[in-house]
Amino acid sequence: MNMLKSVRPIEILLVEDNPGDVRLTQEALKTNKLQVSLHTAEDGEKAMRFLHQEGEYSDCPHPDIILLDLNLPRKNGREVLAEIKNDPRLKRIPVVVLTMSKAEEDILDAYELHANCYIAKPIDLDQFVKVVKTIEDFWFTIVKLPQDGTLNP
Amino acid sequence: MSELHPITVLLVEDSPGDIRLTEEALRESKLKVNLESVQDGEQAIAYLRRQGNYREAIRPDLILLDLNMPRKDGREVLAEVKADPELKTIPIVVLTMSASEADVERAYELQANCYITKPVNLDQFIKVIAAINDFWLTIVSIPGNVKHDD
Repeated sequence: MNMLKSVRPIEILLVEDNPGDVRLTQEALKTNKLQVSLHTAEDGEKAMRFLHQEGEYSDCPHPDIILLDLNLPRKNGREVLAEIKNDPRLKRIPVVVLTMSKAEEDILDAYELHANCYIAKPIDLDQFVKVVKTIEDFWFTIVKLPQDGTLNP
Repeated sequence: MSELHPITVLLVEDSPGDIRLTEEALRESKLKVNLESVQDGEQAIAYLRRQGNYREAIRPDLILLDLNMPRKDGREVLAEVKADPELKTIPIVVLTMSASEADVERAYELQANCYITKPVNLDQFIKVIAAINDFWLTIVSIPGNVKHDD
């Protein structure tokens, strides 16, 4: 199986405006054996600034994976997804859409915009933690991620 | 959880041994999965476009795609599917022997949904198929197959 060569932690960008969900995600990640570093952006504009390493994010690393909520203030997740997947420097970073919405049109729309996968957040707390752990296990121990999703093409 | 229709997985793979192993790994899972397989890239495209012998083909919910195949290789299949408005929403898991960084980069660039290197070890291979199954078919929402779990 393929692990990232763990000379550095796996960098995760969580784009989520709900502080409760941010906290739960942090806790779910903390209990796993993998060394991860979680960064958060509370809206779509901040997410794009993080990805472009602008302003307060100039020293932030490029994420290995992005967990993206759809309903966000300022710039919504759909716009963020479209921008990432149309940007030759960012498009290879896997984007996991993680949202309350179970609407078929949101699911279809996300895959059309090349989301790597779409996951409806369970309302139940234990289920939510389980889903975050499964994302982590799958993407970081089974999947082979690009070494640097933002390498120049 | 219940699905609106049984899940169909299309395996694009030229090695009969790997097809057999994938079938066995899927059979062990709790989910009822209908596994269809084709052995090269041309057959994969014919299947997806319901051409020739594949007129009655069932649209897959998920595609497991090898990269190195006769006739049309996996990269071409990936590029065609992800550029086709009718087919692009079907998630594609690249499942290949190649661990080359260039193949990984290229696959994500062509909008593969994820890239997995096939373990050589048999037990590990079965474990990986089970993990794909668990993740893609129970955790992820796939277009046209919305789960009702609450």
